[in-house]
Amino acid sequence: MILQQLVDALNSTGLFNLTPGNLIMWGIAFVLMYLAIKKGVEPLLLVPISFGIFVANFPLTGLTDEEGLFYMFFKHGIQNELIPPLIFLGLGAMTDFGPVIANPKTLLLGAAAQLGVYAAFFTALLFGFSIPEAATIGIIGGADGPTTIYLAANLAPHLLGAVSVAAYSYMALVPLIIPPVAKLLTTKKERAMVMKQMRPVSKTEKIIFPILATIVIVLLVPKSAPLMAMFMLGNLFMESGVVQRLTDVSRNELMNIVTIFLGVGVGSTMSAENFLKPQTIYIFILGIVAFAFAVAGGILIAKLMNLFTKNKVNPLIGAAGVSAVPMSARVVHMLGSEANPQNYLLMHAMGPNVAGVIGTAVAAGAFIAALH
Amino acid sequence: MVVPVNAPMVGKLVSIDVKVGDQVKENDPVATIEAMKMEIKIYSPAGGVVKEIKANPGDVVSPDTVLLTLES
Repeated sequence: MILQQLVDALNSTGLFNLTPGNLIMWGIAFVLMYLAIKKGVEPLLLVPISFGIFVANFPLTGLTDEEGLFYMFFKHGIQNELIPPLIFLGLGAMTDFGPVIANPKTLLLGAAAQLGVYAAFFTALLFGFSIPEAATIGIIGGADGPTTIYLAANLAPHLLGAVSVAAYSYMALVPLIIPPVAKLLTTKKERAMVMKQMRPVSKTEKIIFPILATIVIVLLVPKSAPLMAMFMLGNLFMESGVVQRLTDVSRNELMNIVTIFLGVGVGSTMSAENFLKPQTIYIFILGIVAFAFAVAGGILIAKLMNLFTKNKVNPLIGAAGVSAVPMSARVVHMLGSEANPQNYLLMHAMGPNVAGVIGTAVAAGAFIAALH
Repeated sequence: MVVPVNAPMVGKLVSIDVKVGDQVKENDPVATIEAMKMEIKIYSPAGGVVKEIKANPGDVVSPDTVLLTLES
């Protein structure tokens, strides 16, 4: 009798309910924590995500059950599609569209990089993923975390953990992914090309841009509105110059607060039975395909554009269409500078870079409109 | 001939890495600016002797700003 009670008591502890899958997930969580803390890989996201994975893989906690704490973060923040648009508000409040306004052609390069999204989409279909799953995997190629999470929540919530971790990991690897692809597709002479000084952009233009962009984009792809509207609102906060407090809170406090819930919510979806499947490995393979094609798409369209226009662009800046702001632009700058020290591409690359954010949100909106 | 060295883009001047009287060659690093949280080396557009330093670390510089001049 007493022995029976002792056995019951032991069985109600977590210790005797741990599965090997749980322990593997702990291992994955520890690797991500190590990368975030020791290697500085996207720490703001990977610290909460990895701890979310860790704690979600304890038995009997109820954290991820219906009405559990982590489930609440997931349900209200992510499944309801609340947090990604709030992050876009903050991103809008720190994005300078000056380089796009000065050189609107770069919008095309931001769009061209979305070729990676479609390349991965079709490859994922070949791997046997369903259409909504393939779209969710494809969007990794846009190199935009909030958009990836937003689309996954909408189309394939069971893949959310895997695609977000793939997206954030590859974004951190942009300095390793862009150079080989860019060097393969350009000659040293092309990389050395110095671009014409950008014209200065007036304050009025910067205020009109978010309004005009909202009209054009939201009319064209209405389903991109939740992300786009918030992005442009944040930008109008900043550029109007009259609501400094709202600008500050959008890009600092609000963004930091929702990032905690986003990270923990994403991490909590990564239970052993959900994550330890062959399809997770396929997602990581397809993610790198998506990134490589995005880089290639941007560069090739830049070269194509140069055939028809008088004011040539350095084809390297096409590679910055892979959003990951501002990392891609920095990598492009370094490649240009390596080919010719007198070549300063950073600001020119910011055009396709921020245009890529718009492009990915539009691509996500188009998928939702087509598939939902 | 006096050659001005301008900032290539808007940013914050971190340091001028040469002194008046230094001999520099084309493509030698002469200054460092910070933009987009990235430190960017500015390379000399020509060879010559540094004649005058015209900006201070911490200044916000733009393509109109002359950082230093060279006598070539």
